[in-house]
Amino acid sequence: MQSSRLDRRQVDDNFAALDSSLSASEAAIEAQRCYFCHDAPCVSACPTGIDIPMFIQKIRSGNIIGSAHTILEENIMGGMCARVCPTEILCEQACVRHDHESKPVAIGALQRFATDPVLEGGIQLFKRGKPTGKRVAVVGAGPAGLSCAHRLAVLGHEVCVYEARDKLAGLNEYGVAAYKAGDDIAQREAQYILAIGGIRVETGAAVGVDTDLADLRARFDAVFLAVGLASTRRLNIEGEEAEGVVDAVDYIAELRQAADKSALPVGRRVVVIGGGMTAIDAAVQSKLLGAEEVSIVYRRGRAQMGASEHEQALAQTRGVSIRHWASPRAIQSENGRVSAVQFEVMAPGAGGGLNATGETYTMAADVVFKAIGQCLADAPLDGEQALERKNGKIVVDAERRTSLPGLWAGGDCILDGEDLTVSAVQDGKTAAASINRFLI
Amino acid sequence: MADLTTDFSGIRSPNPFWLASAPPTDKAYNINRAFEAGWGGVSWKTLGEDPPIVNVNGPRYAAIHGPDRRVIGFNNIELITDRPLAVNLREMRQVKRDWPDRALVASVMLPMNEASWARHIPMIADTGADGFELNFGCPHGMSERGMGSAVGQVPEYVQRATEWCKKYADVPVIVKLTPNVANIVYPAQAAHKGGADAVSLINTVNSIMGVDRDRLTIYPATGGMGTHGGYCGEAVKPIALHMVAAIARDPGTRDLPISGIGGVTTWRDAVDFLALGAANVQVCTAAMVYGFKIIEDLADGLSRFLDDKGMASVQALVGAALPSVTEWKYLNLNHVDKAHIDQEKCIKCGRCHIVCEDTAHQAITLSVNGERRFEVKDEECVGCNLCVSVCPIEGCISMRPMTSGTDPRTGMAIRRQAADWTVHPNNPLKDS
Repeated sequence: MQSSRLDRRQVDDNFAALDSSLSASEAAIEAQRCYFCHDAPCVSACPTGIDIPMFIQKIRSGNIIGSAHTILEENIMGGMCARVCPTEILCEQACVRHDHESKPVAIGALQRFATDPVLEGGIQLFKRGKPTGKRVAVVGAGPAGLSCAHRLAVLGHEVCVYEARDKLAGLNEYGVAAYKAGDDIAQREAQYILAIGGIRVETGAAVGVDTDLADLRARFDAVFLAVGLASTRRLNIEGEEAEGVVDAVDYIAELRQAADKSALPVGRRVVVIGGGMTAIDAAVQSKLLGAEEVSIVYRRGRAQMGASEHEQALAQTRGVSIRHWASPRAIQSENGRVSAVQFEVMAPGAGGGLNATGETYTMAADVVFKAIGQCLADAPLDGEQALERKNGKIVVDAERRTSLPGLWAGGDCILDGEDLTVSAVQDGKTAAASINRFLI
Repeated sequence: MADLTTDFSGIRSPNPFWLASAPPTDKAYNINRAFEAGWGGVSWKTLGEDPPIVNVNGPRYAAIHGPDRRVIGFNNIELITDRPLAVNLREMRQVKRDWPDRALVASVMLPMNEASWARHIPMIADTGADGFELNFGCPHGMSERGMGSAVGQVPEYVQRATEWCKKYADVPVIVKLTPNVANIVYPAQAAHKGGADAVSLINTVNSIMGVDRDRLTIYPATGGMGTHGGYCGEAVKPIALHMVAAIARDPGTRDLPISGIGGVTTWRDAVDFLALGAANVQVCTAAMVYGFKIIEDLADGLSRFLDDKGMASVQALVGAALPSVTEWKYLNLNHVDKAHIDQEKCIKCGRCHIVCEDTAHQAITLSVNGERRFEVKDEECVGCNLCVSVCPIEGCISMRPMTSGTDPRTGMAIRRQAADWTVHPNNPLKDS
């Protein structure tokens, strides 16, 4: 493990190459490919229900600000979603262009084209509603929280956002690969959202530590919980405490916050354990930083991976190898530092289960990333034993109401939370509408 | 391969594609390049009286673009040749000598006095030009001086000027018509009466291209001011086809050879003109957008098309579609078409449904048994072809005639016998 495997320029070039936007003429030609479908399948496939044919029509007509408005009125994080949405399994999968040419309209790229000028120019498209005198607390300034706060401000409610970390935007700031979020996009987007007015923010204010949920519920007319999943799952295998065994989310966050990525420590042989987007992000970025060998090892098959095929392919074209059907059994170390991981070969079992085969192999590694999922931290919910939870997550109804009166929740912390920025934004929107109905 | 050689009113050329009188035929340099590329003939940039006219030193052209900047329509305010007559005549003589197998037609625009025609026509004919084309068409600039479309819009002037040209020329005279008239047949008839050997059409359509939306001034502009110009290119082809067919069908003009002009971009466009009665075609905009090389596909595509049709020559195609052109009142009102959607080809974009629902006859489903599915409701479909027109997938929706049974929309039995408006009971003027 060492830093400066590549020089700064090479690292910056590697990351920039994956963060591309359409030129005006590319956008004009791509926009022309949209058929302006009626009751369009892509809209149904978008968790936030953006009127995609309309925003593309507005690009075609040169009404770029209008296009951004169409996007942002349904998804205030349309800029970030244009970068991080797995469009290949959402809107672009539904595109009717698939049928005849197997090539959907590049909806994500067009959405970025339309929203970039608004964010760059700070063009405010939304107005704070007439004050209602109602006050709402939002816990967590990630996508769900900021989305909810913005919509509540549009509706005229006074919002106070409590965020445990120093910066806003949650996983957009700390959990998304740097190559998807260049130019400080997460912060610029958060500032754009706050610029509507009527939203007070307290950073470094962890609920359960600095404030108390019961207290918030008492002081505000409604509370929206969007605390995400702050704890990471453990492998629970021998050797997990060795130096060099790292939570992938921490590494991704560190990378995002680094002024000079080339100064970060990079492994020579990197093994990533897991099968979701976090695994892909950790693996791809290790490769971009100059790691020699990077492998993702997942205990099930390709089809079961949380990362989409597009993301898997991206990792593979960047030189990451993906191994399936192997589960970590032990981490070996030398002088307290990881040296290898032992895996057991798995086989699909009955009813979607997994069977251990007894066959093992060992992979040399100087860095091991754990990317097997996150779970809800207990602290924010201390003292709220009555709050219904299932599988360690908060239970909500279709309006994102929790079991407690005056308390709503959304984003990754809710049961069936989809682990996507776009779904979190929709949770915030849905909850804001429900809160508004409750308050007015 | 089919023979592309054409004899247009006595003027022979190796293929039916001529460059129209316009910027591409301004001088020997361009025309030599055109002939090297394979063009069958040219109509030289219109000659006029000395001293030559002058052009603006600002934009002469502007285009209507598709979203990928493909030129769909084009407009110009260029006038006739701005070079001295003697220079043009010298070059024409040399070009005709160098390219004896190609057609070289002299386009002329002269004022409405016979003396001018008496002086100029013999001088121009002396170059060896194969014929004359009388420019009664340009709608901009020259029309303000009593020439171009100012002549073409008055049948009596058309006839008189044609007579003067015929009097002093012993080669074929083609009269080029302006589309900026209420009925193209009248000036064509006038040309015929004046002794014209042929007509060519259309010249450009009067037009303003648009507005500079930053300055809110006409676009394009020269020094802040602009004027109307002549519109051409693909966008005007349907207008031209209608006018060609009208002259080809009129009893007073049907024996006049027609040189078809207006938006010919590919060989397919040429087929349309020829099938509707043109004996050859002239091209300008496509060359100005893509260069002279397009002649290769124009000629090659037409030749292969003729082969596919079993036609040995261009002549076999001329007028082939004319018998199918008629007036509305003779359309068979007993014929019933219904749209049919090929579910295998349907991509489920829903465009057919929404346009039918919003703007036509509510005859296409959005869902069937809860599934997104587009089917034609025969009981509502009037066979209007709107769905066929908007469907992005070629061949997915087609019109199918009903040949028997009952039209579920009207409850009327399908009748084999044709009946048109002239005998329809609703027609107050029907033949009794």
